[in-house]
Amino acid sequence: MTQTNEVLLSVRNLSVSFTTEDGEVNAVSNVSYDVRRGQTLAIVGESGSGKSVSSLAIMGLLSGKSAHVSGEVEFDGQQLVGADPEDVRKLRGSRIAMIFQDPLSALHPYYKIGDQLIEAVQVHNKVSDADARKRAAEMLDRVGIPSVEQRLDEYPHQLSGGMRQRVMIAMALINDPELLIADEPTTALDVTVQAQILDLLRDLQKEFGTAIVLITHDLGVVADLADDVMVMYGGSAVEQAPVREIFYQPQMPYTWGLLASIPQVHVDSTRLDPIPGNPPSLINMPTGCVFAPRCTYKNQVPNNLCATTKPDLETTSSGHSARCHLTAAQRDAIRLEKNIGRSN
Amino acid sequence: MFPYIIRRLGLMVVMLTLLSIVTFLLFNAVPTDPAMLTCGKSCTPELVAANRIRLGLDQPLYVQYIDWIKAIFVGRTYGSGTQTFPCNAPCLGYSFRNGEEVTVMIKAALPITIYLALGAFVLWMVFGILSGIYAAKHHTEWQDRVIMGVALVGYSLPVFFIGLVLLIFVVVRLHLLPYPDYVAPQTNPVQFLQTMILPWISLAILYAAYYTRLTRSQMLETLSEDYIRTARAKGLPESVVVRKHGFRAGLTPIVTSAGLDLAGLLGGAVITEYIFSLPGLGRLSIGAVTEYDLPTITATVLVAATFVIVANLIVDMLYAAIDPRVRLS
Repeated sequence: MTQTNEVLLSVRNLSVSFTTEDGEVNAVSNVSYDVRRGQTLAIVGESGSGKSVSSLAIMGLLSGKSAHVSGEVEFDGQQLVGADPEDVRKLRGSRIAMIFQDPLSALHPYYKIGDQLIEAVQVHNKVSDADARKRAAEMLDRVGIPSVEQRLDEYPHQLSGGMRQRVMIAMALINDPELLIADEPTTALDVTVQAQILDLLRDLQKEFGTAIVLITHDLGVVADLADDVMVMYGGSAVEQAPVREIFYQPQMPYTWGLLASIPQVHVDSTRLDPIPGNPPSLINMPTGCVFAPRCTYKNQVPNNLCATTKPDLETTSSGHSARCHLTAAQRDAIRLEKNIGRSN
Repeated sequence: MFPYIIRRLGLMVVMLTLLSIVTFLLFNAVPTDPAMLTCGKSCTPELVAANRIRLGLDQPLYVQYIDWIKAIFVGRTYGSGTQTFPCNAPCLGYSFRNGEEVTVMIKAALPITIYLALGAFVLWMVFGILSGIYAAKHHTEWQDRVIMGVALVGYSLPVFFIGLVLLIFVVVRLHLLPYPDYVAPQTNPVQFLQTMILPWISLAILYAAYYTRLTRSQMLETLSEDYIRTARAKGLPESVVVRKHGFRAGLTPIVTSAGLDLAGLLGGAVITEYIFSLPGLGRLSIGAVTEYDLPTITATVLVAATFVIVANLIVDMLYAAIDPRVRLS
């Protein structure tokens, strides 16, 4: 399958807020990104950064009166925000699919694997049970599940974690979607199984040309799979760049923190460098930079600017943008001093 | 699955045996002499003594118990010589108060209670489950609040109050229905329905309120599960998500309650039967208690408890049908 530069999913100024008893929770504010056909965008951030919520909003899965979604989400030219829920439903599972973190809780415990797969086929295609079952068997075989016919008649709890995630992937890809949203697909799995699942995703992407939005907090996964990266913090995109740039030329102190917290074998250091403090409460957002309260370098910016003014997402080089008040020279100096980012 | 059923059936026999012993001992431990109770107004010590022998009450307690149990399977004849009272299997005792075999009395009363319980059961399950699902679907909206408010009122009202209010307004004031007078459905179906509709409604209101709350809380729990999100991500229509994926998963506690509630009612809906003059099991047992009719009391308790134990078994088997994880472990 050839990869084109055609934009499949275009998100502009997506904001999601929830009305709660404690106040308005701004889970996602003004996030914009593009996903091109056949490419992988990784959305990186810690829990509560808004990465999952933004994808659920795209899928139209934030129903209920308490969620407010605004902005534009254009999928292959079709506007999804504010669209007829029935139209969005028809896209789900057929052209946009999703897999989740914990495959045990994401599969229905009371129905056989086969029945769940057949249902996924038949909701979008008028095919006989036998044909749908054949398709289900094909997909299970494709995702590397042995003795398919037997597995079809088993229940989720009879499979291992890795097998369950393979079933989830088979179910997501069964209607050959153009976009797959993978929400922490390997987080709940053993390390060895994680690698297998990532390999599988990569192979399937090549084979089917599926674009992937990969939500993760694991930069190892990002390096493995992503073409582009969006780093989210406190509901905002704080840095967006091609994957190489994120690792070699990171521009934002939060991204530096993320990189510094990856254990590295070849670096002679006795301990990891965690980011001090906690993520911001999404109810009372800081007025300035969302990361300022935890930022080690905010004092290098004059006039207390970090605490008072939210930095814009500024382009630092082609395809690379970051939200930070530090000057380019300051960032270069800090990266050099702290040995952040891999040398070219 | 098969060995499991056999094991459960064995356990059921053990439970029934224990239950029969407890029931038997309990009612034979009453301070009154059971023989005294059998002899009516013109009682003489000689008559009491004769009755004692006739009923086998002179025997040791364990012999009495064995005779009682044996009679259930093979029947028994009370007394001897010219004055014998045959009691055919399954003989649950002989009521001297009524001069009748207890089994015959129960056989007459049981269908009425079954009609009452089943009719109310269908009503409350349909209304309770539908309104519970509806309320859960509209969680935090006004529909939910209205349904929960009504359910709370329904749940708080005692059944005798609901029954009497219905009776006074529908029958006495508005004459919409004739005064309840029970006939068997095969005799006069219209009169049967006219008699049963109000008792069904009064019982159903109470239980429907409870099942609305139960279904709603179950649905709220399951609808927030990850596999519901998966079902929606598949693109399933919301009705399929709620019905097939949500309700199925929330069904287990509802089935449990339903089985036990129905079994409880089959043992007699005392108050409802009284208010609407239905000669069912509830009235029979209350009558037996007030008249100190020991054989009838023990028999009705045994029958009611058997319903509960059997219902328990059925409910456990239904679990396996609903949840495959139960089936395999």
